[in-house]
Amino acid sequence: MTAGMPFYVSPEQLMKDRADFARKGIARGRSVVVLQYDGGIAFVAENPSRALHKVSEIYDRIAFAAVGKYNEFENLRVAGVRYADLRGYSYDRSDVTARGLANAYAQTLGTVFTQESKPYEVEIVVAEVGATPEGDQVYRLTYDGSVADEHGFVAMGGGAEQIEAGLKEAWRPGLHLGEALALAVGLLGTDPAGGETRTLAPEQLEVAVLDRHRPRRRFRRVQGDLLARLLSSDDPTADVPAGDDDGGGSAGNATTNPQTQRPEQDGGGTA
Amino acid sequence: MSAGADSGRLPAAYTVPGSSSFTEFLSAHAPALLPSRRPLPPGAALDVPHGTTIVSVTFDGGVVMAGDRRATMGNIIANRDMEKVFATDEFSLVGIAGTAGLAIELVRLFQVELEHYEKIEGTLMSLEGKANRLASMIRGNLGMAMQGLSVVPVFAGYDLEESRGRIFSYDVTGGCYEEHDHHSVGSGSLFARGALKKLFRRGLDAAGAARVAVEALYDAADDDSATGGPDVGRRIWPTVGVVDAEGARFVPEDDLAPVVDAIISERAEGAR
Repeated sequence: MTAGMPFYVSPEQLMKDRADFARKGIARGRSVVVLQYDGGIAFVAENPSRALHKVSEIYDRIAFAAVGKYNEFENLRVAGVRYADLRGYSYDRSDVTARGLANAYAQTLGTVFTQESKPYEVEIVVAEVGATPEGDQVYRLTYDGSVADEHGFVAMGGGAEQIEAGLKEAWRPGLHLGEALALAVGLLGTDPAGGETRTLAPEQLEVAVLDRHRPRRRFRRVQGDLLARLLSSDDPTADVPAGDDDGGGSAGNATTNPQTQRPEQDGGGTA
Repeated sequence: MSAGADSGRLPAAYTVPGSSSFTEFLSAHAPALLPSRRPLPPGAALDVPHGTTIVSVTFDGGVVMAGDRRATMGNIIANRDMEKVFATDEFSLVGIAGTAGLAIELVRLFQVELEHYEKIEGTLMSLEGKANRLASMIRGNLGMAMQGLSVVPVFAGYDLEESRGRIFSYDVTGGCYEEHDHHSVGSGSLFARGALKKLFRRGLDAAGAARVAVEALYDAADDDSATGGPDVGRRIWPTVGVVDAEGARFVPEDDLAPVVDAIISERAEGAR
């Protein structure tokens, strides 16, 4: 008799179910830590893959980090690169901002959360490095489209709560890169269930920075020998070198700025 | 721009998987931004600024590209300090001859195309891939070329696979040809090529190749009224770009001035 009748589900219950579903998906993955240091913003993830990135370059001063379902956040990453490149092409490079991108992501995640059959099981950070630490912007976006403006540090993924507690205790403004990475890597290796603490080797990590002192494209991956030196407590290396070294990834060349030609300028001007 | 009509959500074109090309994304989502998708009004050819001569010279481990600074509009000098050689990414340069406005738009699009691919794929495009992308952009401009608004670039880059500098030339139909040793395009190219044949030899270094390129431009300016020679009064020198294993960079004016001065005084000696 009642077989064909749809059950009534209150909107509260519906939203709660979707949120629980998304949260469970996100909690299964390993964590990502984003934290400010004196020279910029660092991104640290436990990720043994060299090809499937959790941290990526979006635009000159903007980077993206994500946890959760790879195909879903990869889709958002590509959309972000397209958004940024289109905006920079039709206006100017300096008109591409993390705030604009965070808004577009928030609208997208929010619409998917309420209107599609299942929410995205992702959590993302959009960060923009400024000329000074005060100018840095870090936005955290959750599966339902809520945005939080973060200061200092963010942790996302499985053990995020414990890691954030650890960061709250140990993070302070003005850390140099070596200290910031050691802090993040130590916390990523801590077992949230209280088990043994693991020591993560450089090859198990994906690390990148938005280096405020680089010209134009500030994003650079930190890997291999340089990462090992930064993480080692008895090595004096405290920051990424000014020039390019052992294939630091896709970072732009220090001496060229395609759209303005000249290295001193940042953004601004047509070709 | 950033969002759909009502919800503010990123439009579907942004999340379509598969393409790493910015031009393809534009043609699906914002075709009006592509020069090739603009309808052409009927009528006679316009009198618009034209860029003139570009010279490219290979050396051991890289390639140099130089361009004069003049743009002409009929018999008028439209611009005397225009830049016509651009870095398109970390390892390539493009120089443009032809309709200046269209050419500069094309270079900007090409720059974004290369960076877009690099960010989405997480790797640099091969040098031949870049040369072919540029060819397809020129091909899209054929309609305008037939109305007199042609763009003829020359592309040069450092091939990371083969560890050498390479030069590619184009025709208005999008034909892409690899050139060996040296090449020149634009109104003064006839004279520049003659000079290149006499001045070029294999085994040059970057400074030597830059000097050959600047001297070839000097010859082009000598016989072609649309090519600007070194402007000694205003201290305006050619744009000289170098690309090698270290990446692309421009020769600073302070380094260029003695080269230009040497060429001028050498030529003055025998009144050549």
